[in-house]
Amino acid sequence: MHDAARRKRLMSGWGIAVLAFLYAPIAVVIVYAFNANHDVSNWTGFSAKWFTEAFDTPRYVNALELSLKIAALNAVCATVLGTAAALALGRTRSRWRVPFSALIFLTLVVPEIVIAVASRIFFVQAHDNFGAFPELSWRTILLAHVVWSSAIVVLIVRARFTSMGSQLEEASFDLGAPPVRTFLQVTLPRLAPAIMAGFLLTFTMSFDDYVLSVFTASGESETWPMAVFNDVRFGVSPAVNAISTLMFVIVAAGVAGAVWFMQRRGENVSEALAGGR
Amino acid sequence: MSARRAVKGQRGFAPRYPAWLASPLLGYYLLLFVAPLAILVTFAFARQSDSFAGDQIVYGFYTEQISAVFDSLYLNVIGQTLLIAAGGTLATVAVGFPLAYWMARHVSSRRKTIVLLLVIIPFWTSFLIRTFAWKLILDGNGGIAGFFGLDILYTWKAVLIGLVYGYLPLFVLPVYASLERMDWSLVDGAKDLGATPWKAFKEITLPLTRPGLLSGTLLVFIPMCGEYVIPQMLGGGRFLFVGNVIQGQFIGASNWPFGSALSLVLMVVLAVFVVLYVVSALKEEQYGA
Repeated sequence: MHDAARRKRLMSGWGIAVLAFLYAPIAVVIVYAFNANHDVSNWTGFSAKWFTEAFDTPRYVNALELSLKIAALNAVCATVLGTAAALALGRTRSRWRVPFSALIFLTLVVPEIVIAVASRIFFVQAHDNFGAFPELSWRTILLAHVVWSSAIVVLIVRARFTSMGSQLEEASFDLGAPPVRTFLQVTLPRLAPAIMAGFLLTFTMSFDDYVLSVFTASGESETWPMAVFNDVRFGVSPAVNAISTLMFVIVAAGVAGAVWFMQRRGENVSEALAGGR
Repeated sequence: MSARRAVKGQRGFAPRYPAWLASPLLGYYLLLFVAPLAILVTFAFARQSDSFAGDQIVYGFYTEQISAVFDSLYLNVIGQTLLIAAGGTLATVAVGFPLAYWMARHVSSRRKTIVLLLVIIPFWTSFLIRTFAWKLILDGNGGIAGFFGLDILYTWKAVLIGLVYGYLPLFVLPVYASLERMDWSLVDGAKDLGATPWKAFKEITLPLTRPGLLSGTLLVFIPMCGEYVIPQMLGGGRFLFVGNVIQGQFIGASNWPFGSALSLVLMVVLAVFVVLYVVSALKEEQYGA
């Protein structure tokens, strides 16, 4: 018994240490966002001026707007494509199911840099030789993002769809409701949390993506992560820290809010949070 | 009419959504995932000829780009990529598994949501900024590491720390999920029957969570081998991954066939792990969860 208590203390200590490891860099970013000195690694006093400067920099504002646009369109496309496929794949016994699932897992596991250069070659060749697809621009970034985003939506939505049982859909179909009515009245309300989770996750991941974007973009279309990367390389502007701090607060509040909402509805929060990886 | 089609063509009494709902996504994948990869392979076997009009791609089956990859310079980069990624994966497992275990087993259900939130929130915030922050921390002159007399920025050590940091939530969440799903009364039963905690862990916990552990590990290792941002920022061009060399062929030196050949070799090296991941994920989907 004594041993068990000691083991538990040891593991708790480890857990808290790892959490500190996870938050150390975030703390550094937030602290330096309030640093009066332009030189990031030199603390000279408290100031909030970088927050106003950040939004007075047209390049940053444009990059943020572009990233928001791509992320929103990406999340919409991926959610529609992914949810439709999840419904079809959910309970089918078709022999296409396994190869199709394999393809979905593949899009998630092939290293991003490989997909990125492959997409770059593809878009340039398709545009130059066949006039198909737009030139490298924000449109090609969007087209590339939807590939893995929709795979994530399929996995999240399908997991919920198969685990919630099929009786209600069967009843609906048996009573003569066509698929669209069944979907809107029976399936959608129950799938909503998973669809929402897929939407938010793909939105965030697209907003945060650097590698795929930089290879499928032209010089003119600079997304927010591209702006960050370019500035961070040559000594960072504290304005980047300021925007990042704001985004951290928004995301933390958003995630916490979503959890609070789910708890009020009596859902199993930890299962839901951990399920959608 | 569509209802009848939904009923037709399947066994039993479970009416389903029509299978064609998956076709838009399938078409999208064929066009924007399979076709680009096919073109990548084509490029890896193409040849680049210089002309005044610019670089000209000559298609064909030339193996010169592939054999150029087997130069000791590039083999070394591939070797050190695999080595550091393997080390980073082991470290991620060593750091992350106890964390996931602690969350599933020792954190009271009242605090569980909070702890889970704390693990998830960094995962949802900018990866670039968090990696950049490590550069500030590890900077030998002026950073926190400098204060402790540590000077590891732009070495493999800094890259390793960045890798573990970046991929930790990716590993912890699925492993936590499989630990959470596990039937812990089995472990309690084994202990009641006299098994030591270690034996109960080895005989029950480990086998039951192996699928989640395996897919979590591969989901960390494979992307790590293709990592570009972390070695770029924390290796600073002095410690390279394959990804950095590939990037140079497309943005800097502009030899697309050679960059494609490098990507192809990377994919072939990782193929075993990719297949292992896909197979285990398919199995988990069919029998698990």
